[in-house]
Amino acid sequence: MAPIVSVKDLTKTYTGGVSALKSVSLDIEEGEILALLGPNGAGKTTLISTICGMTMPSSGRITVGGHDTVRDYRKARDLIGLVPQEIWLEPFEKVHATVAFSRGLFGKRRDDAHIERVLRQLSLWDKRDAKVIELSGGMKRRVLIAKALSHEPRVLFLDEPTAGVDVELRKEMWETVRELKSRGVTIILTTHYIEEAEAMADRIGVIAHGQILLVEDKTALMQRLGAKRMEIELQERVTEIPQGLAAYDLALGDEGRRLVYTYDTQAERTGIGRLMNDLQSAGLAVRDVHTTQSSLEDIFVDMVKEDAA
Amino acid sequence: MNLQAVRSIYLFEMARTFRTILQSIISPVISTSLYFVVFGAAIGSRIDQVEGVSYGAFIVPGLIMLSVLMQSVSNASFGIYFPKFTGTIYELLSAPASFLEVTAGYVLAAATKSLMIGTIILATAFLFVDLTIQHPVWMVMFLVLTCISFSLFGFIIGIWAKNFEQLQLVPLLVITPLVFLGGSFYSISMLPPVWQTITMFNPVVYLVSGFRWAFFGVADVSLGLSLAAITGFTALCLVVIWAIFRTGWRLRD
Ligand SMILES: Nc1ncnc2c1ncn2[C@@H]1O[C@H](COP(=O)(O)OP(=O)(O)OP(=O)(O)O)[C@@H](O)[C@H]1O
Ligand SMILES: [Mg+2]
Repeated sequence: MAPIVSVKDLTKTYTGGVSALKSVSLDIEEGEILALLGPNGAGKTTLISTICGMTMPSSGRITVGGHDTVRDYRKARDLIGLVPQEIWLEPFEKVHATVAFSRGLFGKRRDDAHIERVLRQLSLWDKRDAKVIELSGGMKRRVLIAKALSHEPRVLFLDEPTAGVDVELRKEMWETVRELKSRGVTIILTTHYIEEAEAMADRIGVIAHGQILLVEDKTALMQRLGAKRMEIELQERVTEIPQGLAAYDLALGDEGRRLVYTYDTQAERTGIGRLMNDLQSAGLAVRDVHTTQSSLEDIFVDMVKEDAA
Repeated sequence: MNLQAVRSIYLFEMARTFRTILQSIISPVISTSLYFVVFGAAIGSRIDQVEGVSYGAFIVPGLIMLSVLMQSVSNASFGIYFPKFTGTIYELLSAPASFLEVTAGYVLAAATKSLMIGTIILATAFLFVDLTIQHPVWMVMFLVLTCISFSLFGFIIGIWAKNFEQLQLVPLLVITPLVFLGGSFYSISMLPPVWQTITMFNPVVYLVSGFRWAFFGVADVSLGLSLAAITGFTALCLVVIWAIFRTGWRLRD
């Protein structure tokens, strides 16, 4: 199946000379949730803005639903909903009016039932007659989402949708996103919260310094991250790993006071039980044991650091 | 065509207008009344007649033009500057709407508001002076064309402006002098010859002249020239706006 969004060799250099995107290529499949992770200034917003038409590409080609976003912008933009990172709302407009306006702007016929559905889904129905200025930050962000959903997009871009949103609401928002996915909407979201990407995404992309470092299936990525470390603190120092333990993936640490065992949590047998027995057989007394798991965050931080080096 | 977008923008802007309708209308009505008192009654009583028209009546077209031009420029410039200022322009730029549709929505809304104000001022004028309009259809046409062309001009100003000062500068520093020096309150023929020539470079002269002809059947320049000038100005503004959207100047990075 052809990707719903296709970005090819996209570069973007701002007028001031900042090179925000360096030959970015990315295909997004219909119906998936793609999370884009990356440090501040990585180019996430620029990428989204360029796809949506707020920024002009310096070179490269973007298609949405097969339509070129520059030459065939009408057809391309028909499919797109955008929730910007900044709270771009008119302060004195009423919630319902501004959401209904978005629908009309996208050329869709007035549909009060749909607007009501969207507002209810985002817990904004009670606030429909409130002015934007009277809303809290999290509510304003949901108004932005409502505006994007008002015109029933097939591809939804969410630029840091949960920034400044409390934990409970964040969970609700994730639920909304999953519901949209179940209706076939393709979702591209950026976030700084790794657990958000873990919780929601089908695929995860990492972007830094205007380049895509990786786009990978989340489960595959998690598997790669499945490695766990067990640190075994010993009563007494050893100078080398005893012969009887050579079969294990062990390393010596803390000047021989610690053994570090790396194993795969996804594997059928972790080998911990056997290791404990063999430790005893080798005559090593264990003082303490603890385990750590590398998270997406570790990998991500490593990768960005490597890239910077 | 995404006519729905034009309609939505238009209605949204009109809703904003009606929310503040009182202050939008009161201030031009008051200032116009003051003009009538000062120019019409105080000065007019000494001037008697200009080109066979009583001075009080003679200045009516000019007064309407003054308000309509100022209103058109400031309404339209504010209309598009505000989304730039609040950031909501992101939506206009990412919507499946062409430059013509976005421009039409904002400009028609601004023009409607100035037309309303122009009409109210005309109604106010009837309270102060005896008026008969000789060519009412032409009068309406001139009024509408002026509202639209100067709303287009204001739209450009709104895109150009980087802050509120710049937004107010153009109506104040450009429009007001052009209107005052454009024969709004006198006949061009009353000026010394050198000034008559210089005045011919002022586009407002053609507007006021045509508009006044519609009222009284007397004009400083020919009707054809007036029409050509206003049409040319409208076309020029449209070309500039087209170029702005094409290049993204001050709209898209
Ligand atoms: N309008 C602009 N003009 C000039 N440079 C810009 C503009 N917008 C962004 N940049 C620059 O482009 C680079 C990428 O910025 P971008 O906003 O895309 O990053 P981001 O990944 O969204 O960051 P964040 O996580 O902070 O939102 C940065 O160096 C930024 O300074
Ligand atoms: Mg960003």
